[in-house]
Amino acid sequence: MSQSGTDALPVEVRHDLAHVPLAPPSRTSGVLEVFRRRYLLRLMVRREIKARYAGTAFGLIWSYINPLTRFLTFYAVFGLLLGRGLGLENFAIHLFAGMVLVNYFTETVTAGTRSLLSNKGVIAKMAMPREMFPVASMLVSLWHAVPQLIILVAACLLTGWWGDGPMWVPDAVGMGAAFLGFVLIMVFGTACGLLFSCINVIFRDFQRIVQTFINMIPFTTPMMYPYWITYDRFPNFWHEVYLANPVAEAVQLIQRGFWYPTCADLPCATMPNPNGDGTIIPAPEFADHLFTRGFIMLAVGLVLLVVGQMVFARLEKSIPERL
Amino acid sequence: MTTSIVVDDVTKSFRYQYHPTLKKLVQGKVRRQASQDEFKALDRVSFEVKQGESIGLMGLNGSGKSTLLKLVSGVMRPDEGQVLTRGRISGLIATGAGFHNELTGRDNIYMNAAMLGMSKEETDAKFDDIASFADVGRFLDTPVGNYSSGMFARLGFAVAVHVDCDIFIADEVLAVGDRPFKRKCLKRMKEIRESGITMFYVSHSAGSVKRMCDRAIVLDKGTVGFDGDVDGAIKYLHYDGDDDEPDSEESSEDERDDALASDI
Repeated sequence: MSQSGTDALPVEVRHDLAHVPLAPPSRTSGVLEVFRRRYLLRLMVRREIKARYAGTAFGLIWSYINPLTRFLTFYAVFGLLLGRGLGLENFAIHLFAGMVLVNYFTETVTAGTRSLLSNKGVIAKMAMPREMFPVASMLVSLWHAVPQLIILVAACLLTGWWGDGPMWVPDAVGMGAAFLGFVLIMVFGTACGLLFSCINVIFRDFQRIVQTFINMIPFTTPMMYPYWITYDRFPNFWHEVYLANPVAEAVQLIQRGFWYPTCADLPCATMPNPNGDGTIIPAPEFADHLFTRGFIMLAVGLVLLVVGQMVFARLEKSIPERL
Repeated sequence: MTTSIVVDDVTKSFRYQYHPTLKKLVQGKVRRQASQDEFKALDRVSFEVKQGESIGLMGLNGSGKSTLLKLVSGVMRPDEGQVLTRGRISGLIATGAGFHNELTGRDNIYMNAAMLGMSKEETDAKFDDIASFADVGRFLDTPVGNYSSGMFARLGFAVAVHVDCDIFIADEVLAVGDRPFKRKCLKRMKEIRESGITMFYVSHSAGSVKRMCDRAIVLDKGTVGFDGDVDGAIKYLHYDGDDDEPDSEESSEDERDDALASDI
């Protein structure tokens, strides 16, 4: 098409079409295809970041105002009004560490659920792997989690400086835990995004249902109250159900990385002695077998991701005409 | 000659309504209406295209042309039968492609090129060509939401024609462009055709199909009504004849355009 020498050959010869197989034009290999087309994914993530607050005067600052107000509300209610008896050291860090992941998860699922509908103009006209959209939503939310993570690190350092506890020094086990927490949210967030986005195209009420349940997520994780309360007050079966929540697991993992080292010498959490003599005894900070639970959860997440991909591949066929 | 496109016994159905409310569903159940809510946009369509052929796809409104293009380009999948293609596909399904209104023209060029399978290096190398073809001037760095419909269409077409593709799809591309742009498009499509790219061209203008294509497929209510030479297709559609047909004036203009296009 341009004027250089080799281009004078007909396309058939130039592209050696005799050796290109005939294939369905819409063939994709699912989520894997998304990572094969990293360049397009990068452009889409960048666009999404740019477009989210397009036209607002504060721009990116809005991604801090929301979490900040939520943090202050929770801190005021649970830390100052109700929290006196909960026996948590460095409650603000305990809360904020959890909120980083909870925000990441809720943002991923909310944006992921809407991702296909909000890109319908492109989907109806261009052939490309449509898994791209929920995956891009997940990565955009991850990008928004980065500044919160920086604030968290700063808060940890400052607490070590002025607080009663030791200096905050990241330990390998703790950082591994925090990393595993992030991976858990990524996997579960992507799986939910894939599943919900295509269901939402077929059944438009779905995003409202998701929104209703997403509001419950912050309360189902041990961040505004200590873990021992659930262990203390739920019967055994319901305690296990509580811990089967991947977000609750991830929150404990990130707290292990950031909150736990800020108070390692002191008891991080204390509870009234169960025998009722009115003394205060150290309480478990996290569920037992925290890492084992984490890895099992990761395996479950990967299975869910495969299931999500299979459902997506099935439902995706009819998506363009339903948009 | 290799085969470029195979459409084998393809059927595609749509529903009249995809999102009935609960109330309607219950009403339908209670009244036991025989709900006949599907229609076939394409019904057992079959044909083959050789590499380098240029096909004019014709038919009245609602005959299934756009659905067929969406199946060939891979946007939709057939309910029954199969569609097979060889090589990279580029083109436009309706004008303006998938642009994001809030992005600038520049960003949209990169985005659109990436969706059509071009790498960053490829786009960088062709960027100046694309920009000069689109000819939107200073608007290149403003959001495409502010573009006029003509500029919007030009940008979409400019990206699509610069993809190094094997199959090119053009859906009513000339519908919104002004005269100079039409000329530029015709010239470009001629080059595309001559470079051996398979072309799939949708148009209602008998004149432009006659000049651009060496074979025509006429869709008639979702089935292949006619498949063969262009003159036969025009006769089949009764697009010939009547002197007072508005098309005749256009086709003489088209011929002038064509003459001009070859001068450029």
